[in-house]
Amino acid sequence: MIMIFGIPGPLLFGQLLLGLINGAFYAMLSLGLAVIFGMLNIINFAHGALFMMGAFVAWILLDTLGIGYFPALILAPLIVGVFGVILERTIISRLYKLDHLYGLLLTFGLSLVIEGLFRNAYGSSGLPYRIPDVLQGATNLGFMYMPNYRGWVVLAALVVCISTWLIIEKTSLGATLRAATENAPLVQAFGVNVPRLITLTYGAGIALAAFAGVLAAPIYSVNPNMGSNFINTVFAVVVIGGMGSILGSIITGFGLGVVEGLTKVFYPQASATVVFLVMIIVLLARPRGLFGKAA
Amino acid sequence: MFGFTRSQYIAFLIMVALIVVSPFVLYPVFLMRVLCAALFACAFNLMLGYVGLLSFGHAAFFGMGSYVTAWTMKFWHLDAFFAMALGGLTGAALGLALGYLAIRRSGIYFAMITLALAQMVYFFCLEAPFTGGEDGIQQVPRGHLFGFIDLSNDMTMYWVVAAVFLGGFLLIHRIIHSPFGQVLKGIRENEPRATSLGYRTDDYKLIAFVLSCGLSGLAGGTKALVFGIATLTDVHYSTSGEVVLTTLLGGLGTVFGPAMGALIVTSMENYLAQAGAWVTVIQGAIFMICVLAFRRGVIGEIANWRKLTL
Amino acid sequence: MTLSRRSVLTAAAASAVTVPAMPRFARAQSATIKIGVLNDQSGPYTNTGGITSVICAKQAVLEYANAQGLNVEVIAADHQNKPDLAISIARQWFDRDNVDMLLDVPTSSVALALQSVVKEKNKVYLNSGAASSALTGEQCSPNFIHWTYDTFMLAKSTGGAMVKAGGNSWYFLTADYAFGKQLQSDTTTLVKAAGGTVAGSTLYPFPGTTDFSSFLVQAQSSGAKVIGLCNAGGDTVNSIKQINEFGINKSMKVAALLMFINDVHALGLDVAAGLNLTESFYWDLNDKTRAFTSRVKDKTPKNYPNMVHAGCYSATLHYLKAVHDMGAAEAKKDGVATVNRMKAMPVEDDCFGKTKIREDGRNLTPAYLFEVKKPSESKGVWDYYKQVIATPGEEAYRPLADGHCSIVKA
Repeated sequence: MIMIFGIPGPLLFGQLLLGLINGAFYAMLSLGLAVIFGMLNIINFAHGALFMMGAFVAWILLDTLGIGYFPALILAPLIVGVFGVILERTIISRLYKLDHLYGLLLTFGLSLVIEGLFRNAYGSSGLPYRIPDVLQGATNLGFMYMPNYRGWVVLAALVVCISTWLIIEKTSLGATLRAATENAPLVQAFGVNVPRLITLTYGAGIALAAFAGVLAAPIYSVNPNMGSNFINTVFAVVVIGGMGSILGSIITGFGLGVVEGLTKVFYPQASATVVFLVMIIVLLARPRGLFGKAA
Repeated sequence: MFGFTRSQYIAFLIMVALIVVSPFVLYPVFLMRVLCAALFACAFNLMLGYVGLLSFGHAAFFGMGSYVTAWTMKFWHLDAFFAMALGGLTGAALGLALGYLAIRRSGIYFAMITLALAQMVYFFCLEAPFTGGEDGIQQVPRGHLFGFIDLSNDMTMYWVVAAVFLGGFLLIHRIIHSPFGQVLKGIRENEPRATSLGYRTDDYKLIAFVLSCGLSGLAGGTKALVFGIATLTDVHYSTSGEVVLTTLLGGLGTVFGPAMGALIVTSMENYLAQAGAWVTVIQGAIFMICVLAFRRGVIGEIANWRKLTL
Repeated sequence: MTLSRRSVLTAAAASAVTVPAMPRFARAQSATIKIGVLNDQSGPYTNTGGITSVICAKQAVLEYANAQGLNVEVIAADHQNKPDLAISIARQWFDRDNVDMLLDVPTSSVALALQSVVKEKNKVYLNSGAASSALTGEQCSPNFIHWTYDTFMLAKSTGGAMVKAGGNSWYFLTADYAFGKQLQSDTTTLVKAAGGTVAGSTLYPFPGTTDFSSFLVQAQSSGAKVIGLCNAGGDTVNSIKQINEFGINKSMKVAALLMFINDVHALGLDVAAGLNLTESFYWDLNDKTRAFTSRVKDKTPKNYPNMVHAGCYSATLHYLKAVHDMGAAEAKKDGVATVNRMKAMPVEDDCFGKTKIREDGRNLTPAYLFEVKKPSESKGVWDYYKQVIATPGEEAYRPLADGHCSIVKA
């Protein structure tokens, strides 16, 4: 058996792969955050809570309406996305003219409310959500058994991330969005309904979070605290990647997942904190993040 | 006096009167909690309200001050005065170290760096044996102040805490209304202009940061003494979030805002403990309402309504 | 002039909002016994303690107090697993609200923090929810009884029994905090004493870890026969789900060192089947436990009582018996005397049968090693356990001398 730094080779590769899988979640979540920050200049602290809502909606769909996993993958993001749109229209749009600070505080308060309400309704123990039959089981990759479901997660995450990036960077809709962030009045003068565009963008960012939530439901327990467990790390990812950069979030998300995975092998107690160490180093060396646009 | 305007002076006298009278009517331990929270919030407000920098990691300084005071009281049997002072100095020293790293950035990046640094302090406290991990440092004796004042009596402890709070409060106020404070205000309004006038803005911001952290450490140390315990909650990011809420609710950038905010938030926590799971929902709702409709906070709204500076 | 009047009015209004109820001078003279249930009502231990504990305590009051003419009131609060908040609430309860007995208090760090407050105020502290065996060891107190279980009993029952059943090499997945580490250390001692070995362990960050895949893969590659989970609540639930996902349960036996029936419910039987765990109470164990459960289950529709809840009922019942024996006024005055009376009287109730409270404050409840049924074996919701081994109370706990409790006369 090959030993690398005292760890058996197969184990190390296994951990790297697991790190990538976690990275997939970080990438998807930070993608939604980056889209919202890049387009709306709002630091959406409620992202974790909305991720959790996605998981819960999937669970509720299964529990009360018998709607399974694959339809839920589409329905839950839609439902939560609509909720996001309502939020934006009623509450969040009032903050655009204010300092970032207020957006942060408002969404932080929003996350407390959403999580508290769900906790009241469903308790904290968590609810079971089965992995769909077609994705059950594991494949022997030689150096580890990889559960098929986790492989599916990476695939789905990659597809979603790349599609989002393509839409924003390569389509005319994306171009309009990017133009609207840089100079809204001018774009509006061209006849584009900018407020509606912004609302839809927020909804789309939220839908991304909810999609990640549905993906997470079978492997993490569906409980009201699942969002807050992720949110700090995801913020670090966004900041490291560069606060408005889509590509930055995706690459950093996967990258940090791997870094975290390696830490779990060598010094597991620190695995939750290593992300912050990286963030400090990056912020000191390159304050706008690895891929960020200059302030 | 002290650089107060007339309305501020009257408000100050009212505050002192309340502090003097309330322990005879309300539960002193509860009031001490309020005072420690108020000192912490005032210290925080120095950064946010006057320098314009939002720190998301202030719990690190509060908590480390708490741990150091608890440790020195329990294991070195120091006089309470020295223990509390050490708490404050720890906060200041840590503030110097972390501030040096963070102060070069501003806005959201500053907030994120302070959050990250505070998370690392949390991790340190979690792993380091001297903090006692999850248990914290328990059964910290109240000890004696200046060698002869016995602090185990709740009322005596209360007067000491009140004195610490008022001292800190006046110190902050002096800082704000000094030439140094004027420069800070100038930096907040327009940093490039201040730099062009020859001020080394980073140094000024760092000094303010260190003062803010030192007073936070003092607040933490005092709290540890009152309750006889220093725990991980003191360094947790929810404590950082709570002080933001407190300051916002009371009134950013006002003199009396943070104290008022501390009163409201601590009371809420106290009386809502029986409401169990609704506490977080209510806290979140208050955050939201404050930001949407009530941005100036309680004192700010009162000040605005009466066209005063409070 | 207008200014100062308005400022005064505003200030007065603000303080009026926060002035609590009038000091209860009147109440102090009547002999109302007040019980304060302090536990986690909003965090990870809501279902394993929470409101159900309060309901069980009230049930005991209902059954006993009224019949004996005792005036008893039960209040409750959420300590959010924070020691300083708990101390604050406890002090207020004792100083202002005349609470006589503190009940439940899960989360070992909180439970330990309250020992000195209760001792200082000379009240009674009956802990059902916390695990740490230090509560009757180095941190013991004459005002305190540890009612339902502790880390030693869990380690001996689950650890020791599993080694005897063939699981003689262990790998630990441990939450990096005092409780997890204590559980690992107690279990290691007992596994080795029963002739087993420890192949390795991993400490993972607590709280906040939801993904255990890396640690589990390390466990699997260690080749141990048993994976011991030194964690609780949501962590346990998540680790078990992921153990199933990675197929680890096919090659290793899973020992959930602290787990309750509510966690099994959260997991679902198809994931939890085959798990080994220890509780001192199970609702379907015998006729008496079934009778008790039927009395409370309609009051807690979404939850069934676990050992902690049963412990709250049992402790309250026994406390009230002691109070009745001494007279309420005497009991209120002296917590140590009340606890001593409780230790002197034999304990008997529907939940645990006959037990005895030891000198160090340890209530010697029996320990049952359960295995979770497969879905095919279960007749319905909450029918989850089959009994593997029962250890009587006298043998289940750490021997008195090993605890180094200061109130035990050598």
